[in-house]
Amino acid sequence: MIKEKIYESFEIFITFFKIGAFTLGGGYAMLPLIEKEAVENKKWLNREEILDMFAIMQSLPGIIAVKSSAFIGYKKAGIRGAFFAAVGVTLPSFLIILLIAQLLLSLRDNIYVQKIFAGVRAGVTALILVTAIRLAKSALKGYISILIAIASFILIVFLNVHPVFTILIGGVLGFLGYLKHK
Amino acid sequence: MIYFTLFKVFFIIGLFSFGGGYAIISLIQAEMEYYGWISSTEFADIIAISQMTPGPISVNTATYVGAGAAGILGATTATLSLVLPSFIIMVTVAHYFAQFKDSKAVEWILKGIRPVTIGLIFSAVVFLAETSILNPDSQSGFSLNAIISSFDFKSTLVFLLVFLSSLKFKPHPILVVVLSALIGLVIL
Repeated sequence: MIKEKIYESFEIFITFFKIGAFTLGGGYAMLPLIEKEAVENKKWLNREEILDMFAIMQSLPGIIAVKSSAFIGYKKAGIRGAFFAAVGVTLPSFLIILLIAQLLLSLRDNIYVQKIFAGVRAGVTALILVTAIRLAKSALKGYISILIAIASFILIVFLNVHPVFTILIGGVLGFLGYLKHK
Repeated sequence: MIYFTLFKVFFIIGLFSFGGGYAIISLIQAEMEYYGWISSTEFADIIAISQMTPGPISVNTATYVGAGAAGILGATTATLSLVLPSFIIMVTVAHYFAQFKDSKAVEWILKGIRPVTIGLIFSAVVFLAETSILNPDSQSGFSLNAIISSFDFKSTLVFLLVFLSSLKFKPHPILVVVLSALIGLVIL
């Protein structure tokens, strides 16, 4: 019985370690891999449950990779499963950054490394702008949501308001909308 | 107590991470600026590294900042604190899955938060642009000349190249990172 539990915990840990190690960039990039491993290979949950999970996850605070792993781990083996899944998915990036932090610190003054990073910084800025535009197109429906998006942008960029406050304001506005439509 | 401060800061970041990925950048930036743990350029580099390595930007930043502030123990503290809210929230939700899904109030609250995350991502672009394509010593003011001279010509070129080609072809992020690294190596 205990032996089975240890084996099961180990299996959950390894599965999510693998998912964590092979997803570049985290977030939604992780979802196809989770579907392959947890749904197709291990059959820990079915496609419908995964769809429901995605829908809920998008709307909850927290880190997408950790949330999906903890959710699936919980389905499989309760809190113990959630724990091993979350640790497993986080560990690869933790280890890699610990190594890279050392390497980066020692290479920071190298002229070629600086050129590469200057290029990547400009490229990533463009990449995020493209993502922002795409998301805005699909998520901003109606003038109220456009207003909220512009207002939160102005508050953060020009008035130095902490992002947490803009999130809270958005939540309160949403709740007011609920009271009005109830 | 550096460990307690790390715990507090990254727990809050983990708790208020809405919209995932890029939306978190502004939030982390606000906190890093306040505590002075890493410079804007260092943070921009971490974001760049995050595109090439496994794992979410927030986890990468927590590990890097924690290690810089207090070694391996600091990295562990920061990363665990960041992950903890997601863990607690998801275990709770998995337990009460059915009720949560059908709550009208929750649905409306999320409706209000969604546009805010869009604003957060655009703010992240502005913040990143400051270190990636703007001149650090640019003159202020709103005259056409001041605006033009505040852009670094070469890196703005890289930015525009990637921006226009990504809008059109939707390349994989890893490909974009590798290409911008090469362009940077050649022209910057």
